[in-house]
Amino acid sequence: MHPILKLVAQRLSLGLLLLLAASALIFIGVELLPGDVAQSILGQSATETALRNLREELGLNEPALTRYFNWLFGALHGDLGTALTNGQDISKAIGERLGNTLFLAFWAALFSVPLAIVLGLIAVRYRNRWPDKLISGITLSTISLPEFVAGYLLMYLFTVEFRIFSPISTIYAGMSLGEKLSAIALPVMVLVLVVLAHMMRMTRAAILNVMQSAYIETAELKGLRPFVIIARHAFPNAIAPVVNVVMLNLAYLVVGVVVVEVVFVYPGMGQYLVDHVTKRDLPVVQACGLIFAAVYIGLNILADVISILANPRLRHPK
Amino acid sequence: MPDILLDVRNLKIGATVYPPGEPPQKIEIVHGVSFTLEKGKVLGLIGESGAGKSTIGLSSMAYGRGGVRITGGEVFVNGRDILKEGAAGLRALRGQEVTYVAQSAAAAFNPAKRIMEQVIETTLMHGLATRAEAEKRAVTLFRKLGLPNPDTFGNRYPHQVSGGQLQRAMTAMALCPEPDLVVFDEPTTALDVTTQIDVLAAIKEAIHATGVAALYITHDLAVVAQVSDEIMVLRHGKTVEYGPVAQIIEAPQEDYTRALVSVHAIAHEEKKPTAEPILKIENVTARYKGTHFDVLKNVSVELHPGQTLAVVGESGSGKSTLARAITGLLPPAKGRITFAGRELSPALKDRRPDDLRELQMIYQMADVAMNPRHTVGTIIGRPLEFYFGLKGEAKRKRVQELLDEIEMGKGFIDRYPAELSGGQKQRVCIARALAAKPRLIICDEVTSALDPLVAAGILRLLLNLQQIEGVAYLFITHDLATVKSIADSIAVMYQGAVQRYGGKTDVLTPPFDDYTDLLLSSVPEMKLGWLEHVLAHRKMESAGN
Repeated sequence: MHPILKLVAQRLSLGLLLLLAASALIFIGVELLPGDVAQSILGQSATETALRNLREELGLNEPALTRYFNWLFGALHGDLGTALTNGQDISKAIGERLGNTLFLAFWAALFSVPLAIVLGLIAVRYRNRWPDKLISGITLSTISLPEFVAGYLLMYLFTVEFRIFSPISTIYAGMSLGEKLSAIALPVMVLVLVVLAHMMRMTRAAILNVMQSAYIETAELKGLRPFVIIARHAFPNAIAPVVNVVMLNLAYLVVGVVVVEVVFVYPGMGQYLVDHVTKRDLPVVQACGLIFAAVYIGLNILADVISILANPRLRHPK
Repeated sequence: MPDILLDVRNLKIGATVYPPGEPPQKIEIVHGVSFTLEKGKVLGLIGESGAGKSTIGLSSMAYGRGGVRITGGEVFVNGRDILKEGAAGLRALRGQEVTYVAQSAAAAFNPAKRIMEQVIETTLMHGLATRAEAEKRAVTLFRKLGLPNPDTFGNRYPHQVSGGQLQRAMTAMALCPEPDLVVFDEPTTALDVTTQIDVLAAIKEAIHATGVAALYITHDLAVVAQVSDEIMVLRHGKTVEYGPVAQIIEAPQEDYTRALVSVHAIAHEEKKPTAEPILKIENVTARYKGTHFDVLKNVSVELHPGQTLAVVGESGSGKSTLARAITGLLPPAKGRITFAGRELSPALKDRRPDDLRELQMIYQMADVAMNPRHTVGTIIGRPLEFYFGLKGEAKRKRVQELLDEIEMGKGFIDRYPAELSGGQKQRVCIARALAAKPRLIICDEVTSALDPLVAAGILRLLLNLQQIEGVAYLFITHDLATVKSIADSIAVMYQGAVQRYGGKTDVLTPPFDDYTDLLLSSVPEMKLGWLEHVLAHRKMESAGN
């Protein structure tokens, strides 16, 4: 077998194992929460009989291990159970929300990743000169700004001062792509500002590290332009660390955008999770946890695989 | 009036140095050097490390490494003063008129790009040819330089070819844009002696075939004598002697040049074996964990007290692995090692303290074998404390004795390694090994990283110490000139097995087996026309090909 296939298969199986462990942790965590699901559905005034019947119906009397495997088995088949509060099918509700979250994350990534890398390259080209300091200064200040502050600032700027966008980013099925993009423009901007600095700084650091190599001197003595040296000779050797930090930020775009979703009333996963945590709807919380874990692990595996593919020694063995 | 390509006048180069614990200082490292180079000629720049030869070579591309700046003088290339050029003018010069071949091609090639891509890059970038033409040119050069499968060689990545091949590929990269001048910066220094000769021949052939001029930088006078028309000897940033190659080699005027020419002339009489060997290696076979390949095959050699056994061979021949087996770092799968009359247990952790003390090692890179944060006194004092429990004044006294023994004397005990020269660092490592009162010292390429004159000093010191202390050396080296000056017996290793073994005189007396012949004949000799002579009389191709 080609060594790369072997490495990738190894990473994938490790990822699956990790996901299994994460599912157990999520289940245990939810188990440890005080209170009783039946009680929270029926309220304080419920009779003993009603509670017992409901527990029976929900399978709450089974041992925890059985319930865990039932839940896991269902999740593997795409059945994440039903929400306690409204009796809806969780898989269906999450499917829609996850779609919205991924939509937002996709557009944020589409702008932030290339922008961060190009800014990183420019920072290296003019290292320790004013463009480098300017880029670092701006990106570091935007990352230092809490998301909700950035969100409200942009909202004030673009909906009050200049009426370009709507302050509410709600999207629904019937909208055209253009309408959707106009709706999410503000949250995308906030997310770009939040993730930009981290990726830019890492690109800069990784490339500066490579710039010490002897082959960079070779490139300089070939009379190449500084930017060509950075982009063609340094960057390909700095891909692995950059990809890792890019993936971390992509994962953040999916699982960490609760605040932004709340600020802009965007119907994504984060808001869905927060809603149901306050309502103590444990099956939903559990399901969201599992999805987030899967996204996180999946993106990190992807980062590993890209790093492996970017290494010519692994791609082209002797 | 000959056609002058490169005209360097009163070149001065400065650098910023950062001495430990002091503010940065500006120093001058090249003090007004002048020379000229005609079209199609080769000038050899020679000197020890720190002589400024690489710096001068790079100044022909108006380039300074790190904090190095050209501070004065003029450098004319094709009549233009390149020190007055702006960024765009320099880009047009570099890679087009003047190209560069680095010492370590393995580091100088970008690991992420195919060789062809890198070889033709300058040609394309400067718009000198179309891609198809450039690739054709590269393949022609690959063929001329004797690379295997020249048509497909360029499709490989740098890690997929050997060091000798990469060095030739780098030469092809330098010649591809058809420059007027190529700067060769120690292009064969990092190679095995048998590979060096092939690369040297390929470079010489390519220089002749293309009619390009070259600056050939090296510390090895014997090497530069084979390729140059003229030689300039440098020391401490100044010209010592500058003249035609025949005059420098055959009638050197200056003392320093004479010392360089006769550097390999340490005479050492072979000692006869005694009754009882100090080290006896019997049928040792070893392999690394998780591999299915024997790196040592049935090796049997002996070493007698107070004598030197030289283990010679190319890289990968198993010389250092033998040292690892003796020291217990790589327990042999089969065979016995007897040291000072007792059998050594294969693994390091089962050995007695005396086994550890009486068997010491000195390494090739003295820099990395010492803790940079320890003073010389601490470094040498450590084994004194560890093995003999010496402390305080007694320890300091013994350290000073050892320093006297390695001819360094007073004033070094409180210095840090960074404040020592390369030769001094190696001397401190020798003192550290001697501090344990060993009966055997394994010397692993201890002179390979040193300049010839410094290396000769270390060899003389080792020989003196052997007479005084009666210590035996297992001397691992790829350099046969060193072997001649220090060994009593020799083991020639090839692919993990002992190819030829015996007293020095026997091993070095014909008839030779093919491999020993290749190895011996590849050692550059201080003689004009040596290269052509050797290539015409070889029986075997070198393994690095």
